[in-house]
Amino acid sequence: MQRLTNTAELKVLRDNLLQAQDPHRPIVRVCRGPGCLAVGADKVSQAFQSAIQSQNLEVKVQPLVKDTGCHGFCSQGPLVNLAPANLCYVRVKPEDVEEIVQTTLVKGAVVERLLYSDNGTRYKSAADIPFYRMQQKIILQNIGVIDPLDIHDAIMAGAYHSLAKALIEMSPDDVIRTVEISGLRGRGGGGFPTGYKWKRTVENARENPGPVYIIANGEEGDPGAFMDRAIMEGDPHAVIEGMAIGAYAMGVNQGFLYVRHEYPIAIRHLAAAIAQARALGLLGKNILGAGFDFDLQINRGAGAYVCGEETAIIASLEGRVGEPVTRPPYPSQQGLWGRPTVINNVETWANVPHIIDHGAQWYADLGAPRSTGTKIFSLVGKVKNTGLVEVPMGISLGALVEEIGGGVPGQGRFKAVQTGGPSGGIIPYELKEEFTDYHFHPPDVKPADKMELSVDFDSMAQTGSIMGGGGMIVMDDHDCVVDLARYFLRFLEEESCGKCLPCRLGLKGMLEFLNNFSQGKGAPADIDALESLGKALVDGSLCGLGRTAPNPVLTSIRYFRDEYLAHIVDHHCPAGVCRDLITYRIDPEICNGCTLCAQTCPQVCITGANQQLHTIDQDACIRCGACMDVCPVDAVVVD
Amino acid sequence: MSSSENPQNQVISFTIDGQPVQARPGWTILETARHYRIHIPTLCFHPALKPWGSCRLCVVEARYGKRGKVMPSCLNPPIEELEVFTDSERVLNVRRWVLEMLLAGCPASREIKKLAAAYGVTSTRFAVTDPEEECLRCGRCVAVCNEVVGVQALTFGSRGVKKVLETPYRVPNNACIGCGCCVSVCPTGALQKRLDTVRGDLSRRTGHGYAH
Ligand SMILES: Cc1cc2nc3c(=O)[nH]c(=O)nc-3n(C[C@H](O)[C@H](O)[C@H](O)COP(=O)(O)O)c2cc1C
Ligand code: SF4
Ligand code: FES
Ligand code: FES
Repeated sequence: MQRLTNTAELKVLRDNLLQAQDPHRPIVRVCRGPGCLAVGADKVSQAFQSAIQSQNLEVKVQPLVKDTGCHGFCSQGPLVNLAPANLCYVRVKPEDVEEIVQTTLVKGAVVERLLYSDNGTRYKSAADIPFYRMQQKIILQNIGVIDPLDIHDAIMAGAYHSLAKALIEMSPDDVIRTVEISGLRGRGGGGFPTGYKWKRTVENARENPGPVYIIANGEEGDPGAFMDRAIMEGDPHAVIEGMAIGAYAMGVNQGFLYVRHEYPIAIRHLAAAIAQARALGLLGKNILGAGFDFDLQINRGAGAYVCGEETAIIASLEGRVGEPVTRPPYPSQQGLWGRPTVINNVETWANVPHIIDHGAQWYADLGAPRSTGTKIFSLVGKVKNTGLVEVPMGISLGALVEEIGGGVPGQGRFKAVQTGGPSGGIIPYELKEEFTDYHFHPPDVKPADKMELSVDFDSMAQTGSIMGGGGMIVMDDHDCVVDLARYFLRFLEEESCGKCLPCRLGLKGMLEFLNNFSQGKGAPADIDALESLGKALVDGSLCGLGRTAPNPVLTSIRYFRDEYLAHIVDHHCPAGVCRDLITYRIDPEICNGCTLCAQTCPQVCITGANQQLHTIDQDACIRCGACMDVCPVDAVVVD
Repeated sequence: MSSSENPQNQVISFTIDGQPVQARPGWTILETARHYRIHIPTLCFHPALKPWGSCRLCVVEARYGKRGKVMPSCLNPPIEELEVFTDSERVLNVRRWVLEMLLAGCPASREIKKLAAAYGVTSTRFAVTDPEEECLRCGRCVAVCNEVVGVQALTFGSRGVKKVLETPYRVPNNACIGCGCCVSVCPTGALQKRLDTVRGDLSRRTGHGYAH
């Protein structure tokens, strides 16, 4: 690769690459994101590669097969997208590849059975699928489109164009001011204004001259969240470019990408991207001939949740135990090796090039007034369409869950959402106007009967939850809030570093209360005690882990106290989840005596002859629910 | 805070429980309170050591304008016009719960029982895992060994609820010079019982630079 010595050469390279491209060349984009890989996307990708290479295809132009990052619609994976028609094939198996090649690539026809269909409509173009149509993709726009291992592909899509613009058209202070006016707030959970953080850091460095460092936080320890993973895997250059722009603004020569060890693909893609950027002179000494030096290094986190906390990252980078230390001093005052340091989330960094490219005002007009821009969510749980979505901030929760998510599947009734991961809260569906001060609705969504809560930093905080990193778990009436709160608390008890007392012993104590509740033990006064204990953790803990850990408990008590009372007073779990409070029973009206449940029961406690009513021996039953899952006629009911 | 705004000789005026107080530059809220003989309970703080902030017993509520925040006094310096409350409702809530946790965490410690009783906490709702336990993982012994004695014979192992005080690699430690500083700073006397696990069997110790 030829080193680029000025910004004009970058433009020439891009223009040449774009010109050399044949607009009619079919491109097969195979999703190799986390969800699709888990259901066999690599086999699909191999099948395409060999199908296209091995035979002499009767086509004018050889199709190009690209392995890309997450396409977003993970519940339909493995996904394959075919350009130029933007055909979206879902649940593609390696056996389907031959047919796709012959029908679509050779004959130009559509394989109908592989199209996404919903309610009798088959969608040819990905752009028409409601899941995609309602989104506004800015950070995700290249993810699933470019080949993350090829910097040329990224450059064609516009990568490093903003860096060049910053270097020639803007002073470092202009960049900081632009980011400040854009209203960008940290995507790592806290929502701290990014431009302000940068400004303070530069001021601190001026008072106390010496090096400044920047760090990208790619730890993403929340269970079930994969926004940052998708960015690092699918468009690593966006993070690198954002950091390079930030480095230019703050006079930084060395940056660090702190990525969890459990993300080997992200690390591999980032490493390749850094090497290619260096080769092109987009990182390293004298970047694009502008006299600015900046380089990046990847550090792996060993996979502790608390190592996503900024002071713990610094400790870990310095080679100390990954435990938080008290703030102040903030990293912007004394961070890595005692020097002013900016830590931003991966998604925050990825926003920066777009702000520089389109300007502060463009960004400030996106989303909600005090929460500008878009946010990526990983939408999971009891929704039809699970996956990665990018929406403007301020979208109503209803639009997000019901329109994009497609609502609750089956008979379930939408009950609540849990946002912000283990440190977030559980917000009920019924929560409507009360907390809302701004709504956004995609053009064709009627606001009237939807869940109105605006998804933005401030509205979420008012509910007692947080925006967090972007995890969003949808719950229906078969999910128990006590059980979910218990799940997160157990996770955090494991992940507590144990440095400070309220968190080390308090989480254990909160869990003792919840364990009792889930067994129907305790008194109503214990709910108040648990609430007061939670508040003690919020006020007393050292770092954000302990300070936010009680959120799922505190919000669920606030909104679902009745459900807690049902457990304690009536010894009943309304959602039918808490094992000690439920019984499985076979409805004699429905049972057809197929014997499947009896064959499945691990306790062998279901009896009944073939074609006769079956019954469960309640004393032996461990309430595993296997019978309910296997019964073909839904005769097993839970009381 | 830059040095120009805050020259060495300038004091910081604020209030603790309504009483006007003045802190010298560099003092924490706790140090100022002690200077004025205002009582704030502590466990992990020791004047000879860098504050570690693990016990959170020393929390106070600091109000500045409309904002109120609960923070450990041993770690936070005051700022001009701050209003500090040492036993507001929020402070007492943290303190009582911490003490109740400690009654279950270190049930064998008389010091903890006494301290808890002073705040009206005489029983605990939490499960006791080890009735013999006295160590509260405050970190004083680790800090004194490291910061003052200058060896690292003691450390914490594991994390979270499993966190324990141990020697590196869990073997008696030759770095230990047997000075007993750890025992003397331990707020509950827990280390007294464990000293032999740290230094090993002294009679078998040989070697250069070894002192009893
Ligand atoms: C326990 C804990 C875990 C955290 N984990 C993450 C994480 O995985 N990723 C992240 O970006 N921020 C995480 N944060 C927030 C960071 O401390 C920090 O605020 C953030 O990286 C700042 O970047 P931002 O301003 O761009 O959001 C965590 C905070 C706490 C207290
Ligand atoms: S709050 Fe929890 S994770 Fe944070 S320092 Fe305290 S013990 Fe460690
Ligand atoms: S992983 Fe393929 S669509 Fe998300
Ligand atoms: S004395 Fe301040 S936290 Fe322990």
